[in-house]
Amino acid sequence: MTTVTTPAPVGGAERSPNRNRPGEKKRRTLVALARSAPLLPAVLLLAVFLFGPVVSSLYGSLTNASLSGSTATNVEFVGVKNYVDLFSDPDFPKAVLLTVVFLVASAILGQNVVGLGLSVLMQSANGVVRGVVRTIVVTAWVLPEIVASFAAYAFFHDGGTLNEMLGVFGIQGPNWLYTFPMFAVILANVWRGTAFSMLVYTAALNDVPPEITEAAEVDGATGWQRFRLVTVPMIRRSISTNLMLTTLQTLSVFALIFVMTGGGPGTDSTTLPLLAYQEAFKFGELGFGTAIATILLLVGALFSVFYIRALKPEVD
Amino acid sequence: MKRYLGIAAAVATTALVLSGCSGGGGESDGTTIKVAYSKFGNFTQMDDHMKAVKEQYEAANEGMTVELVPIEALEADYFTKLALMNQSAATAPDVMYEDTFKVKSDAEAGYILPLDEYIDEWDDWEQFPDNAREAGAGDDGKIYGVPMGTDTRAIWYNKQLLADAGLTVPWEPKSWQDILDAAEAVKQKNPETIPFNIYSGKGQSEGASMQGFQMLLSGTEDTLYNSDEKKWVTGSQGFIDSLQFITDVYQGDLGPTPQQALDKNVGTTINSEWIPQNKLAMSLDGSWVSGTWLETGTTPWPEWNDVMGVAAMPTQDGQGAGRTSMSGGWTLAMGAKTKNADAAWDFIETALDKDNSLDYDVAASQIAVRTDVGTDPAYIESNPTFEFFSELVKDTHFRPATSDYSKISNEITVAMEAVMTGQQTPEEAAKAYDTAITGIVGDDNVTTKSD
Repeated sequence: MTTVTTPAPVGGAERSPNRNRPGEKKRRTLVALARSAPLLPAVLLLAVFLFGPVVSSLYGSLTNASLSGSTATNVEFVGVKNYVDLFSDPDFPKAVLLTVVFLVASAILGQNVVGLGLSVLMQSANGVVRGVVRTIVVTAWVLPEIVASFAAYAFFHDGGTLNEMLGVFGIQGPNWLYTFPMFAVILANVWRGTAFSMLVYTAALNDVPPEITEAAEVDGATGWQRFRLVTVPMIRRSISTNLMLTTLQTLSVFALIFVMTGGGPGTDSTTLPLLAYQEAFKFGELGFGTAIATILLLVGALFSVFYIRALKPEVD
Repeated sequence: MKRYLGIAAAVATTALVLSGCSGGGGESDGTTIKVAYSKFGNFTQMDDHMKAVKEQYEAANEGMTVELVPIEALEADYFTKLALMNQSAATAPDVMYEDTFKVKSDAEAGYILPLDEYIDEWDDWEQFPDNAREAGAGDDGKIYGVPMGTDTRAIWYNKQLLADAGLTVPWEPKSWQDILDAAEAVKQKNPETIPFNIYSGKGQSEGASMQGFQMLLSGTEDTLYNSDEKKWVTGSQGFIDSLQFITDVYQGDLGPTPQQALDKNVGTTINSEWIPQNKLAMSLDGSWVSGTWLETGTTPWPEWNDVMGVAAMPTQDGQGAGRTSMSGGWTLAMGAKTKNADAAWDFIETALDKDNSLDYDVAASQIAVRTDVGTDPAYIESNPTFEFFSELVKDTHFRPATSDYSKISNEITVAMEAVMTGQQTPEEAAKAYDTAITGIVGDDNVTTKSD
């Protein structure tokens, strides 16, 4: 027995001075580094493809780069001039406002509420209805963006499906894309994006244990109370994730609006991505357009921070 | 071992992906020349022309290949695509179809090369009159583009529709008011027809600025640019009046609906549908329009010359010469990143020799710039409107020859779109334009005095 126990403290005594040896710390750092070495390619990829564009966008927005003219080759650093010009440009506040309207109406309200509503309703629907509804909703989402955009264009066009259908009832529909451009693109984006929210919420609702809702029902909670006080708090985390994803996706919507209205008439549906495109590629002011894109990036970052903060799941 | 293999694979993939970003495509060895030009809507004549020249050139220069790069995009997008292609050696064309108003800014951008050393040895150059040579010159006075043809602009009108509305044909408007009155008369008589079209809005870009706005402004007392002071004009009454005319047409229901006019493809629709189908009574457009209706065009219409008449655009109140026009045109230019400049020049020379210029000018209804083409009976007899449009050259105007012009032109289309949709009054839009161009050229380069 002693032969077994005695070496232990000796070994232990020997090890503790070892821990304080200066070489040991270095060695551990090296080991840690070596262990994370396999992550290097991934980190590199992230740096190049995610961080790289951000830096290059920031730098580009501080130059006077353009598509033609002397500044196409002799690009100069102009500091914050593009931003100063942007903030004094009357089109800019309008574009910000339209972007916020588009975001709130089509993503935060439209896609989320409709998506949640659909998934709640589908929970109590029978299998056939559920299958049909899901197929129809998901179809819009599966379509490539440009195809979906043209479909929406054909639907809202002056002589398009919507007005033809209204015509059956003797209603002369307005030219949606011209008279109500924001309304048309918001509806189109809700149509296109709802499936994503619906799928996220369907998955989340399936995770709500039926016992809890049943217990609430036994306690006398009405349907609305059960939904508001039991279901919503339990899927809170899905809501926050989904809000963030749809927000970021909607902020950058370009093709849909470009195809449907081209940002017009005038500037009536020119959101920030369309304004950035117009300035950079139609008018050839690459630096100025990049400044708008950078602002868009910041807006997206702000929203993300807000969601992460405000909807931070408490430890439960 | 397996794990290391995996890591090695990952690293290798990363390296491949990274190098993929920098490595260019197949580098040209100088035996291929790339020719970029526009092919869109009704404009297919350039494509036909380039295909024919490619054959001739390849037959004459064994071992050389011509790669044609037709860019199928609206005019504004064509300029963007061309500029983006010019930025990288892998995509930059050796020869490109270049609008005269872009020559100066693209020369400054270093996208195109001066051709002086070639032109000095080119016997045909003496066939190009001075004003034509000027059109292809850069700010430094060197020649960057060889003109293919020029153009003027006027009002195409449907004789029958105007006669039905009680107007005398041939119709000769004396002022802007005459045009509005005629449009009103057509509308009263036949509410189904679109009385008058004038290009307007951002989607039509240079077409709106030049065929539309500047056809108006050049008939007022004011100008866009003061060429003596070398400054841009702000706060001019002519600018406001021109915008007022646009407002009168679009907000007064005398033109297409604003949504029709803002459709990106309206230019194609007008000349291949509305006009041949008698749906549009008057159209302010270019001399080249009849090219669409020729046998070689996209919408052959043998009766076009019987149905359509042409009238010069009057000045605002009939002042000055009583009529006005605008002229531009396109050139062939040589890409600065070319690997074989001699071959590129040979191609340009072949494409614009007498016979080829003649073929192109006839097919695309261009006003010939080469003297030997312009006086050739085959040219003169090919199209009954050539005489009228060539004669307009006497009273024509040119766009300001500065490298800032294309940016200013964009601001004009912004102002046009704002008034045609009723979002701004002419005064507001003119004020916004003044602010915008002052921002582009700086306080020192604007004046309130017109030429």
